[in-house]
Amino acid sequence: MSAIQHQNFSTSISSSTSTFLGKTEFKNIKTLNVLIPSKISGVVKCVASPSAEKTTAYKTKVSRNENMAKLQAGYLFPEIARRKAAHMSKFPDARVISLGIGDTTEPIPEVITSAMSKRSYALSTVDGYSGYGAEQGEKKLRASIASTYYANLGIEEDDIFVSDGAKSDISRLQVLFGSNVTISVQDPSYPAYVDSSVILGQTGQFQKDVEKFGNIEYMRCTPENGFFPDLSTVRRTDIIFFCSPNNPTGCAASRDQLTKLVQFAKENGSIIVYDSAYAMYVSDDSPRSIFEIPGAKEVALEVSSFSKYAGFTGVRLGWTAVPKELLYSNGFPVAKDFNRIVCTCFNGASNIAQAGGLACVSPEGIKAMQNVVGFYKENTDIIVDTFNSLGFKVYGGKNAPYVWVHFPGQSSWDVFGEILEKTHVVTTPGSGFGPGGECFIRVSAFGNRENVLEACKRFKQLYK
Amino acid sequence: MNYFLSFSFMTCKSFLHPRVSITAQENENGKSYSTKVARNPKMERLRYNYLFPEISARELQHVTEYPNAKVISLGIGDTTEPLPDVVASSMANYAHSLSTLKGYRGYGAEQGSKELRKAISETFYKDMGIKDTEVFVSDGAQCDISRLQLLFGSNMSIAVQDPIFPAYIDSSVIIGQAGDVENESGTYQNVEYMKCEPQNSFFPDLSKAASTDIMFFCSPNNPSGHAATYEQLEELVQFAQKNGSIIVYDSAYAVYITEDRPRSIYEIPGAKKVAIEVSSFSKIAGFTGVRLGWTVVPEELLYANGFPVINDFNRIVCTCFNGASRIAQAGGLASLSSDGFKAVLSLVDYYKENAEILLETFQSLGLRAYGGINAPYLWVHFPGSNSWDVFNEILEKTHIITVPGSGFGPAGKEFIRVTAFGHRENILEASKRLRNLFS
Repeated sequence: MSAIQHQNFSTSISSSTSTFLGKTEFKNIKTLNVLIPSKISGVVKCVASPSAEKTTAYKTKVSRNENMAKLQAGYLFPEIARRKAAHMSKFPDARVISLGIGDTTEPIPEVITSAMSKRSYALSTVDGYSGYGAEQGEKKLRASIASTYYANLGIEEDDIFVSDGAKSDISRLQVLFGSNVTISVQDPSYPAYVDSSVILGQTGQFQKDVEKFGNIEYMRCTPENGFFPDLSTVRRTDIIFFCSPNNPTGCAASRDQLTKLVQFAKENGSIIVYDSAYAMYVSDDSPRSIFEIPGAKEVALEVSSFSKYAGFTGVRLGWTAVPKELLYSNGFPVAKDFNRIVCTCFNGASNIAQAGGLACVSPEGIKAMQNVVGFYKENTDIIVDTFNSLGFKVYGGKNAPYVWVHFPGQSSWDVFGEILEKTHVVTTPGSGFGPGGECFIRVSAFGNRENVLEACKRFKQLYK
Repeated sequence: MNYFLSFSFMTCKSFLHPRVSITAQENENGKSYSTKVARNPKMERLRYNYLFPEISARELQHVTEYPNAKVISLGIGDTTEPLPDVVASSMANYAHSLSTLKGYRGYGAEQGSKELRKAISETFYKDMGIKDTEVFVSDGAQCDISRLQLLFGSNMSIAVQDPIFPAYIDSSVIIGQAGDVENESGTYQNVEYMKCEPQNSFFPDLSKAASTDIMFFCSPNNPSGHAATYEQLEELVQFAQKNGSIIVYDSAYAVYITEDRPRSIYEIPGAKKVAIEVSSFSKIAGFTGVRLGWTVVPEELLYANGFPVINDFNRIVCTCFNGASRIAQAGGLASLSSDGFKAVLSLVDYYKENAEILLETFQSLGLRAYGGINAPYLWVHFPGSNSWDVFNEILEKTHIITVPGSGFGPAGKEFIRVTAFGHRENILEASKRLRNLFS
């Protein structure tokens, strides 16, 4: 993912935060003239906004959405991409290896791409051409997703809403819920839940001292609590975002833990948004879907994606399952409103991607996806072994393609920077995922085998 | 098609079918568990189902009732003609390359591939000073409209043309800009409706328009088919400048213009400081199912505090979206190649010829038909009538699906929208049936 190139529009215009720029102290900057922090290496530039340079420039009278102003710096992954790009310009001869952004690297199995090629050609024929599809997705695909991932769980074809991916779905769910809901997230967690919440106006301001947004309940997940929050200390919120297997910690919640979560949601009348994008990476008997838990259909909806199963990160295809039993406090089914959102704010996933999706969930496709997943799991094992052998405390890696490495007492951005400088390997600093990520580094296992082995060799050299 | 909502379909004189409000009693077993999460009150404000699934549901109902009738759909503006080979094969090849070591690509830039952004700026904004970095590739205008609403937030006042493509209003209600619906007129509070009718040549009288933060403006217009003139758009830009408003200009049908009319708002001096432009490959390249579009946000467009709108839009795109499908983007690039663009424009010509045929049909019947010259829509006036009644009559008697004008706003009450998308033989057959009905 490339960051925007034009330097004078750096999104780090608003006041900075240590979650992004390291422990440098800044005053809370309300104007748009931003200081260039001297502690940071020159590659990350906060440049004065254009208004300082062109004071006579025409301005509309439209106020900037104050929710956007609450966001701290750019979205995490374009920032990582920017750092990587800056590093590569600084060291043009270095072989930079990317274990940062969780981007798939292995080719898509032919059984899947050939279905997409076939559909593409069909669109140039009279019989094969199709225009607008159902916004909820093609019937066959919905049915196959239901039968592949939710067999015997009571989730049916019409509960499945096909999308262009989980990230888009998360925002559409936020639009659905509106600004008057409270949310809780795991801490650390995939940043899209928090950022979309800020954008929708569900949160207060960012509180620098604790590195949290006001009005969000952060459920700390640490080695001490087995990366499952102590629900007895968690405040009630309307919506609970829960990702398992977890990005970034790599931990998959057990059946017991998810049963507690469902009970908690039921007692509080909350809705769980369960992100199961990494379910196919589960190795043990941890649940793959929230709907394996009795009673979950009354309290949860589930988001998933073909990105990490079929390498569809660029093809764009995912789904959200909303059970009929999930009701608002006035008895209105959540699915009906979600359907309205899907029909109004979206126009269906690409028909070619959907053809690929259908091939994914064919018997041959499922085998092929399992092979791809298996390959990345082997990568994960290699990375886990490497850090273990170096004496690090390593988490995750068993049920997810992410390894969560502990660097006690160290700033994760500093560790990120050191690893990048000294080994030319891009990782992701844990604090990018929330204050609970401080002192951790996320190493993703997506990469070709050669690169993963080379990266591990370099880690061994750095930390021996 | 939306089977899910078809239960709510009822004929309704003036408006779209009001949604049946579901209460706890309607659950199968009255003791169903409900969460304690309040339904989003903004969703509650949406009185009707989205227009086009309703039309689909009505079509399905009709087809079921008359299984032997050859129903012709001139309702939803859905393209019908196959993609040109050069475009389809580019996508097929790209898909295949994803299964190779050399060709595999993962996440793309959320803003779209550099080549495609460049091709769009060069094809559609040549000499208008729009940079490739100001072009954001998307999965279509409908999605972009909602992302723009997310960008603007709920504290905005909006103005729309009346009649207009319903997504602007509906998304405005959902995000919380629009207030409750006013039962008599069916309009939403806090939305300025700028009437566009034959009397004002389908361009609003801006001297009567209230100042709003955002003005949605679609030209060539869906549904009226009117393409604003240079003078009209100059007036619009000046109006926006005077009021400090932002224009969201929807140019999805620009390639259908036959007369000398602007194709982009950026042809108007000063527009870059006041306007965002949204467009789509749907009606250019038949990509209604493939999903590809774009939005232009000029760097000069600034909020009241001087902050560039493009920065925030970029943030939205990076946070709420993950890029258009790479395969669709490959198709988009092919459709803008020299051969590809020729090929897609010849399909556009095909639909334009359809529009001519339909226009001629209506005119020969003495009906007042607007549009059809600069857009693939005809806007046919049935003075004194109710558009749902006309819609139903046409459907019952000729098995042709159209769209009742009131679905696009109160000013559409006496109009029917007929699209020119269809196979030629269906267009000709439809014309024949319409002649029978109305002569």
